[in-house]
Amino acid sequence: MYDVIIIGSGAAGLSAALSAKEKNSKTLVISKTQPTHSQTVQAQGGINAVLYEDKDSIEQHVADTYNASKEISSKDNINFMCSNAKDTINWLDEIGVPFNRDKENKISQRKFGGTKKIRTCYSSDYTGLKILHTLFDQCIKNKIEFLNEHVLLDLIVEDKICKGVVILDILSGEIKEIYSKSIILATGGYAGIYQNFTTNSYSNTADGIAIALRAGAKLSNMEFVQFHPTALVNSNILISESARGEGGYLVDKDGNRFIDELKARDEVARAIYTRITNKESVYLDLRHLGLEKINDLMPQERRLALEFSNVKLEEELLPINPAAHYTMGGIKTNINGQTNIKNLYASGECAQANIHGANRLGGNSLLEIVTLGKHIGSYASENIDNEISVQDINSNKLELIKEEIENIFEYKNEINLYKCKDEVGQILFDKAGLFKDKNSLNEALKQINEIKNSLDEIGVVDKQKEYNKNLLEFLEFRNILDIALVVIESALNREESRGSHYRVDYPNIDVSYLKNSKAVLEENKVSCSFEDVV
Amino acid sequence: MKINIKRFNQANEPQKFNNEFEVSNTNLLQAFNEIKKEHDETLTYRCGCKSGVCGSCAVRVNGVERLACKTNINENDVIEPIKNSKVIKDLVVDVSHETLLIEKTNSFMQDNSDEEIEQKDINKIDRQSNCILCNSCYSSCPVYEANKSFLGPFALSRALRYSNDKKMANNDLIIESIQSNGIWDCTLCGACTMVCPQGIDPKMDILQLQGLASQKGYTNPYQATFDSNMGFDMSDMGFDPNGSF
Repeated sequence: MYDVIIIGSGAAGLSAALSAKEKNSKTLVISKTQPTHSQTVQAQGGINAVLYEDKDSIEQHVADTYNASKEISSKDNINFMCSNAKDTINWLDEIGVPFNRDKENKISQRKFGGTKKIRTCYSSDYTGLKILHTLFDQCIKNKIEFLNEHVLLDLIVEDKICKGVVILDILSGEIKEIYSKSIILATGGYAGIYQNFTTNSYSNTADGIAIALRAGAKLSNMEFVQFHPTALVNSNILISESARGEGGYLVDKDGNRFIDELKARDEVARAIYTRITNKESVYLDLRHLGLEKINDLMPQERRLALEFSNVKLEEELLPINPAAHYTMGGIKTNINGQTNIKNLYASGECAQANIHGANRLGGNSLLEIVTLGKHIGSYASENIDNEISVQDINSNKLELIKEEIENIFEYKNEINLYKCKDEVGQILFDKAGLFKDKNSLNEALKQINEIKNSLDEIGVVDKQKEYNKNLLEFLEFRNILDIALVVIESALNREESRGSHYRVDYPNIDVSYLKNSKAVLEENKVSCSFEDVV
Repeated sequence: MKINIKRFNQANEPQKFNNEFEVSNTNLLQAFNEIKKEHDETLTYRCGCKSGVCGSCAVRVNGVERLACKTNINENDVIEPIKNSKVIKDLVVDVSHETLLIEKTNSFMQDNSDEEIEQKDINKIDRQSNCILCNSCYSSCPVYEANKSFLGPFALSRALRYSNDKKMANNDLIIESIQSNGIWDCTLCGACTMVCPQGIDPKMDILQLQGLASQKGYTNPYQATFDSNMGFDMSDMGFDPNGSF
């Protein structure tokens, strides 16, 4: 029996693993992919921290984060994150993250949207990549145990206590159960459900959140999906906010600027999308920055523009559009990562820790996943319930799941899974995307439910046990559908516009919705309500 | 456009087979997705970020290592899994050696120095720390092909990344751990450099490590043997480590 099992190997998972191990917990990381394939590598721009209090203050960082959240977050929780930010950067710096330095040899910072202060630390524009690989190297140094290419199928929960996990070994096709005194979900967000309209990795399919929901966990604020203003047209590859932070312009086809580029992401994204729906193109203009600055500060953006859009940033305009990028909602937790299920924790983008509210500031995501990841790994280790032993577990989950998977192999395959996945992405983007209203959401609900009801006609073509990616993608698709339904239901319920959630039929903020939304599964149906922000 | 995919499936007879597919996407990863959607849902490959940073989709296109997400294809291109690793299924290979090699080279921060870090110190390790562990360099490496104990390109580039990190008090352990099956076994053929999607130059990194090692008093064991024994026959070693000198 393990002390701590962590599901997910992005920066939240690896940070939690390192601190659990430091507390001498018997720790295991289970990764659906390989650790360095995690979504964290795609974070480009940076990580926020007030390092030098002469020009900035923790109070200001808290205030900016709270304002961006549109007041549905906890100042205490934000304060915890912001107060620990400097330690987080120092720790990352110590273990080898090569943060850029300024002329005085201090860690360099750049400006991101939604704040007037220069607060974002960075490693060129590969910040996430360098943080994740550095954490991975530390995990190897500290001999952290990994199970790679194993996907979570279910949580073993008895009497509202989480006691273990059921996982599928992708390589062998074997289904196993592993017991643990605490389980930390660090499985990432759900923007990936917007297939073909997202900057997220193909692997981001909301698994942890969907499985937690089915196991009885409370989800919260699932209607808040952040669209990043600048993704490459056609491929939806992210062009970091650092492009605007360093002085890039957003322009129309005549080269005119039409919005303050450093406003919060939701406002900028809607301004761009409005033009796109009017059949106008929108471009990112970095020409005035010059080749040297572009190469120095955003080599990756230049490479991405060249390789995927065939545009030279120093000479040409880059066509962009908004894409689903980050999800503020998730499994409801407190600052210690605790969920409503005992011994089940959530950390990182899969968690709703009352920090980002209705909109997240650029640079706060990496900060949250490392700071809280570390804290939750250590908290879970210090609060291990030693009374739980293997003898107490009477779960028949393993048999049930095995049976369920056997059944899936029997499904007909009359409908193509991958076409359905595309269809779901299109429905979500069109009807539950940047702009939505009651009608569009109801239509989306109906269509997604129809697809869900046809799962046994979709099935899997590949009937083999070993490395069955077709099966894996079918299982992921079920999670996508479940979470899509929660997103739509939650969006229907919040009859106002706040942050990233924009209802055309309720275009204003409504003080009566100064609350967190809550979604649970009751008799297999999503049930939504609101509760006070605490 | 037609592309040819060399596939492998343990359960099938024959285990190795070729498939020709008609695709309309010119981006290779999009073409793979199209194949799954239109032709064969069992085609198996890894992919993730679609933007060249997760390192999961490396394959060989007409014999050259490429990231599928960054590759434009042409008529009759031949796609196969990367080399020097066990093929699991179709284009998916075993990459479990990554952990082992980083462990063997001790490529991680150990004791911290309290030296002040300047941007030029960061620049010195910038390129190597952009490695995405895609395994392209391993696939292209003739030494690794012949000797699976060879530490190889990415592990050695990572070793240099930490050896050159001014934050590290002491790099003795790393330099010591790359002596055997390490820096002196590389033939400096540069195949790894040619295929790195991140523009890393493991060949130069290995040369730099040789320099660092020499400063610490290590010598090239092959060079010593070579000098003292001009005519010796290396055929029994399977591979000539001095081949390209």
